[in-house]
Amino acid sequence: MNRLKRIFIYTFLSVAAIVSIFPFLWMLTSITNKSVDVTQGRLLPGTHLIENFKTLFATVDIVPALINSSIIAIITTILTLLLASLAGYGFEIHRSKGKDIVFTILLLSMMIPFAAIMVPLYRMFGSISETAPLIGIDSLGAVILPTATTAFFIFFFRQNTKMFPKDLVEAGRIDGLSEIGVFFRIYMPTMKTTYAAAAIIAFMNSWNNYLWPLVILQSPEKRTIPLLISNLGSSYSPDYGVIMSAIVIATLPTALVFFLMQKHFVAGMMGSVKG
Amino acid sequence: MSQLGTKKAEVDLPVRTKYEESRRQKTGVFFKKKVGWLFIIISILAITIFNFYPMVQAFLLSFQSGMGANLEYVGLDNWRRLFGDPTFIAALTNTTIYLLIQVPLMIILALFFSVLLNDPKLKFKSFFRIAIFLPCVTSLVAYSVVFKYLFGIDGIINQFLLNFGFISETVNFLADPFWAKVVIILAITWRWTGYNMIFYLAALQNVDKSIYEAARIDGASSLQQFFQITVPMLKPIILFTSITSTIGTLQIFDEIVNITNGGPGNATISISQYIYNLSFEYTPDFGYASTVSYVIVILVVILSIIQFRVAGEKK
Repeated sequence: MNRLKRIFIYTFLSVAAIVSIFPFLWMLTSITNKSVDVTQGRLLPGTHLIENFKTLFATVDIVPALINSSIIAIITTILTLLLASLAGYGFEIHRSKGKDIVFTILLLSMMIPFAAIMVPLYRMFGSISETAPLIGIDSLGAVILPTATTAFFIFFFRQNTKMFPKDLVEAGRIDGLSEIGVFFRIYMPTMKTTYAAAAIIAFMNSWNNYLWPLVILQSPEKRTIPLLISNLGSSYSPDYGVIMSAIVIATLPTALVFFLMQKHFVAGMMGSVKG
Repeated sequence: MSQLGTKKAEVDLPVRTKYEESRRQKTGVFFKKKVGWLFIIISILAITIFNFYPMVQAFLLSFQSGMGANLEYVGLDNWRRLFGDPTFIAALTNTTIYLLIQVPLMIILALFFSVLLNDPKLKFKSFFRIAIFLPCVTSLVAYSVVFKYLFGIDGIINQFLLNFGFISETVNFLADPFWAKVVIILAITWRWTGYNMIFYLAALQNVDKSIYEAARIDGASSLQQFFQITVPMLKPIILFTSITSTIGTLQIFDEIVNITNGGPGNATISISQYIYNLSFEYTPDFGYASTVSYVIVILVVILSIIQFRVAGEKK
């Protein structure tokens, strides 16, 4: 009986693992094969890799899209970490009744569906387009601003701050550090793991964001990676090898970020669950 | 906080003049009260400007109608239009189907995976964990395009089913109203199960192992342990993931647009895609689009309240 259970468990997990990994395997072999071979279900590596990449860079504007996505993701991540950690710290270390009420109200914003505020946001950015083109419609700034502060990350930092030893704050004050000084010199270095976990999530969210860039970005040269891939995917005579190459390139940054910081990620997640 | 402050001041007193000390204390107390707000003020402003203010705007817009920027108040016309709008009914029905099937399916799967992977005796644990979490690193658009090709008429799933004799001729999954929905549900489940699993795994680390030992001694089977210890213990986190998944699925957009583009007909269209179409694809009607978007708001609120109630009752 026990042996049977073991067999069942390993089979179940193996099937799940295969299902999870299969699309990746297919993606990775597809970039080495001709379009015809991809459609015929060839799962072995081919010799068409360089060919596919050459065609990709020659026919698709993937480099500008990568640059746009990188600028947006990096600035958004930095802003998110800074603002959300400041707020999380402020809410937890400088607790007061008034702040607890404000915090609850801010959390409610997590329940606002993006589709519900998309049109007003679009009109808002439209109305400032002429006076401030850097943050108007069709600007990278307009992509960044509404995504840089979200209640989720404030919640995330606040939860993790619960584990931050508060004596350190007192110690810092006694040593003559200003309130902001305590934050930058003591809190930030201590909470490295939390920052790493938040950075992964913020970077992935921003890199993969689709709907808002689709709404706010109009000119082709401003396109981000998801917009570009979506466009490739809807073409009538797709070259599968080339499209898969674009998809693999687009997935690499988030996959790398994740695997480099995987340990921090799980630790950070645990911190936010514990509270 | 202020008590601590005075204690500290007493310790410091000998090295400072009394005047200096009293001034420091006064500004200190005043500053400490205000500085907490300084830490959070930018976030409050940003969330107000980019979330709450647009929410109010959308509500006002839902009583207006017109093309593009030429809007005028039409009272409840938009709200009445909802009930006779076949595309809206289709979008609402599809979104409900995704929600009712996909969220429970995913949460149950994630729970089972996390319990199995929490077993200290399990071999290749980190391999399984990473494999099942792997789909989370893909972008919604990227994996959607991959799924579109996987299930295409000349896609590899068709090849596979043909080769193993499950089907005698290729099935056009994405052109069939039923199968297209199935593909969407499979796709979302593939992408998000591992994500939810991580939350459960993290929570399981905090569960006291001795409870399970006691249960085992009492003769509880694995299934009994699962339903009577694990599930109740993880209830808060199950509530959290089911609410976030519900909100996520209610807003589903990227997958629909990139796998089926809402088709065939409107068989897979979601509420979010309909809102997008109303605003930016068809002749723009921001007013009606806002009305439709408020349906999602209402659904999110109702479903969250229900989920809180269900989770709260058994406590």
